[in-house]
Amino acid sequence: MISSDLNIVLPELILAAFAMAALMFAVYTKKDETAPLVTWATAGVMIVLGLWIAFTPMENRTAFNGAFVDDGFSRFAKVIMLWASAIMLLLSQDYLRRNDMFKFEYPILIALATLGMMMMVSAGDLMSLYMGLELQSLALYVIAAFRRDSLKSTEAGLKYFVLGALSSGMLLYGASFVYGYTGTTNFAGIASTIHSGAPLELGLIFGLVFLCVGMAFKISAAPFHMWTPDVYEGSPTPVTAFFATAPKVAAAGLFARVMFDAFDGAQADWTQIVAFLSLVSMFLGAVAAIGQTNIKRLMAYSSISHMGFALMGLAAGTEEGVKALLIYMAIYVVMNIGTFAFILNMEKDGRAVTDIRSLGQYSKAAPGRAAALAILMFSLAGIPPMVGFIGKLYVLRAAVGADMAWLAVAGVVASVIGAFYYLRIIYYMYFGEDVDGLDGKMPGLHYVALMGAAAIMLIGIINPFGLEGYAAMAAQSLLK
Amino acid sequence: MDNLLSIVTFLPLLAALILAVFLRGTDEAAQRNAKILALVASLATFVISIAIYTEFDPSNTGFQLVEEYDWFGGLKYKVGVDGISVLFVLLTTFLMPIVIGACWVVTDRVKEYMILFLILETLMIAVFCALDLVLFYVVFEAGLIPMFLIIGIWGGQNRVYAAFKFFLYTLFGSVLMLVAMLAMWWDAGTTDIPTLLNHQFSSDSISVLGFQIFGGLQTLLFLAFFASFAVKMPMWPVHTWLPDAHVQAPTAGSVVLAAILLKMGGYGFLRFNLPMFPVASDYLATFVMTLSVIAIIYTSLVALMQQDMKKLIAYSSVAHMGFVTMGIFALNQQGLDGAIFQMISHGFISGALFLSVGVIYDRMHTREIDAYGGLVVRMPVYAMIFMFFTMANVGLPGTSGFVGEFLTLSAAFQVNTWIAFLATTGVILSAGYALWLYRRVVFGDLIKESLKTITDMNTRERLMVAPLVVMTLVLGVYPALVLDLIGPTVTNLVDHIQLATPDAVSAVVTAPSH
Repeated sequence: MISSDLNIVLPELILAAFAMAALMFAVYTKKDETAPLVTWATAGVMIVLGLWIAFTPMENRTAFNGAFVDDGFSRFAKVIMLWASAIMLLLSQDYLRRNDMFKFEYPILIALATLGMMMMVSAGDLMSLYMGLELQSLALYVIAAFRRDSLKSTEAGLKYFVLGALSSGMLLYGASFVYGYTGTTNFAGIASTIHSGAPLELGLIFGLVFLCVGMAFKISAAPFHMWTPDVYEGSPTPVTAFFATAPKVAAAGLFARVMFDAFDGAQADWTQIVAFLSLVSMFLGAVAAIGQTNIKRLMAYSSISHMGFALMGLAAGTEEGVKALLIYMAIYVVMNIGTFAFILNMEKDGRAVTDIRSLGQYSKAAPGRAAALAILMFSLAGIPPMVGFIGKLYVLRAAVGADMAWLAVAGVVASVIGAFYYLRIIYYMYFGEDVDGLDGKMPGLHYVALMGAAAIMLIGIINPFGLEGYAAMAAQSLLK
Repeated sequence: MDNLLSIVTFLPLLAALILAVFLRGTDEAAQRNAKILALVASLATFVISIAIYTEFDPSNTGFQLVEEYDWFGGLKYKVGVDGISVLFVLLTTFLMPIVIGACWVVTDRVKEYMILFLILETLMIAVFCALDLVLFYVVFEAGLIPMFLIIGIWGGQNRVYAAFKFFLYTLFGSVLMLVAMLAMWWDAGTTDIPTLLNHQFSSDSISVLGFQIFGGLQTLLFLAFFASFAVKMPMWPVHTWLPDAHVQAPTAGSVVLAAILLKMGGYGFLRFNLPMFPVASDYLATFVMTLSVIAIIYTSLVALMQQDMKKLIAYSSVAHMGFVTMGIFALNQQGLDGAIFQMISHGFISGALFLSVGVIYDRMHTREIDAYGGLVVRMPVYAMIFMFFTMANVGLPGTSGFVGEFLTLSAAFQVNTWIAFLATTGVILSAGYALWLYRRVVFGDLIKESLKTITDMNTRERLMVAPLVVMTLVLGVYPALVLDLIGPTVTNLVDHIQLATPDAVSAVVTAPSH
């Protein structure tokens, strides 16, 4: 029994064992000098694990009495998270080295955060949910404050920690309500006590709302987004880049997991909450970013707005909607990898630049990179024929199909408002004043990531790499 | 030639790729090569597109030259042309070499300029060929990107404002259409346009937020599509982006905008609003015709007062598009014939007018009407050409401008005499502003010092306008060239609308076939 359980959590076990072994190895050898080695090893392990999960077909299994679920849905999310984490880790090396903070803890913390995320999307029990969530969050708090001697970075870490602790508290509070009213922490158990159609007990509604608040915080959905711009701005850029990718997928996956596995019977209740979160996030992200000139803050609001769109898929409450959510997240991650590969190299005379005005006439200095970034911006804005549009197409279709045309209309209006600030970046690069704001260099790896992401955004419209099929299988396994 | 349409569609894109990948350097030779390659590609596209014309069978009212491949998510790459769209494809391929010719004076980032125009050509042809809702949306919307960059990079003083206004205005219109398309996808279970043309969307009254909506789903969908195409057209009161975009755009951009991009609005009405939501079209026809008449009179009056030549022609475009929407929503054979004819003819005439402005702008670098006067002394050929297109714009019999206006007016007369009466005053006003413009620019004494050395049109410029002169004249004296091509398809469309709205037959009594 126990050995078969262990067999199911084998990828997680390997990653955990690797993280601990790497920690021991680095501590007892040359410490920070081993950082590049540990980084490459961590990225390698994560990529291999991703490949392994992606290419071993498995039926859906559960372990530890249902506390851990290994199904198509979790596998889909895990593959994206592992690969995104690995790529982000590799991209962060140059920046860390330049800013003298390339320490061996960094890759290990990323590995632990990723492990937490894998637990989150596989959670089948409120206990394992919390375990995964906290493992991820604690690792993220630390790397947010990774630049110890920077006031902003420390502030970002502390802010993130305090607010994160608050949200974890709310989530726990909600979990205790749920446990109190259903007598179990197991998702399947909770689901069996909620009967479709019958009104929920008041305490259970409280629990549900608090759970949603906690998860909305993690996914940075408005009105629980306040930490996002500050943390994005204050953290070292590679950390910001990491925040914008894998943890978002994990939070979205967890949200869908809890809602469908535990509260499937209460769909009428939570779809309203999620629809509200989605609506507010889309508009807040679109409107608040207009005034930003700091590209990291701008990307923070952009991610809030994108989470709003992703939640629209969840709000639909259908298989179509979950599929849309997954497709949206996958595309979102690729766009962000490309964009941050660029932002990581925004430098002038060895100092990092975050002001978007420094992009003035960048298209003359580096036409290829400017074109790639322009493609990514159009894609983030959801303008066809970029792949970003496909993500929007699926979530909007799901919303319209679930009789939420009002939400879809609101979403497209928000996307027009949001298009403005993506266009503004293009405006600086192509129409703006010539300011000579950035130095020319870009390491090969970043160049490949930027160009690759842009190419995917263009070519994907011909056929989005079979993404739809995988997402459909994943969604099906969640809704069984 | 099974893939004729795809070849025509993607040939310019292929040329753009070749330019992007293989052309290096920014010296004069590279610039020249970029221009020549673009010109050759657009000419080749035109030559191949003639095969579409010869293969096309006008008596067949269905879609022809259809190609169908699986795309993603149950969508299809499906293209084909019917009597209406084939004309617009040919208009596009015909005008693009002229547009590229108008780019010859550009010296800044020539390669990118050519690439954008070639991409734009592909997208425009695809809009008129697309037979899948989502495919249509993708190419319709994608066209914004090159145009945004063309205005923003190569435009005039206030180009940034104009580019953003153009982009956001049109995007706002289109996204509502996207939601409507998704609703249709769920309702009909397909995005195939030929299937949707025969799908009956519910027209039972429904109540939204307490408001009773006559025509129900059809009305809602109609309005969403209307939002998109009315902005694109552009119709009063959402036309304000057009003068800004036109004034700031480079000459070639203005020509594309006026001659082809605006036609997408009218094409959209004919492809989607009329056949798919006939009941709603019938309900809202008077409303749209009223807006059209306001556009005709109001923008003609505004045009009278303009100091900037391009702005004047832009407002005149809005007025002429008013005739198009009026003709379309007369919902009878003459109206639709006239509207399509007017769009084609306006493509030639407005394109030529913007080219004419470009000719003197390239010499004097100003579009102010007051900066000119007495050009006939130094530029006799130019005066001649400009006179010809001014007259065509006014709608002089013998030019193609007359046929469209006459048909749409007579169609409107059958439906509503007041609308026809008011719209006719627009014809007089258009004569007013066009002739006044001509007088101020071309006639009078040549007193301005700066104009005394101006040179007449060179060979390139003459070659560019020559085909437009020919087409304007040919269509003016032999309109059957167009009308025979669209006739059966239009008849079919009119029958389809009347069948769907039986109680409206009394309002639309006469639909004589010719």
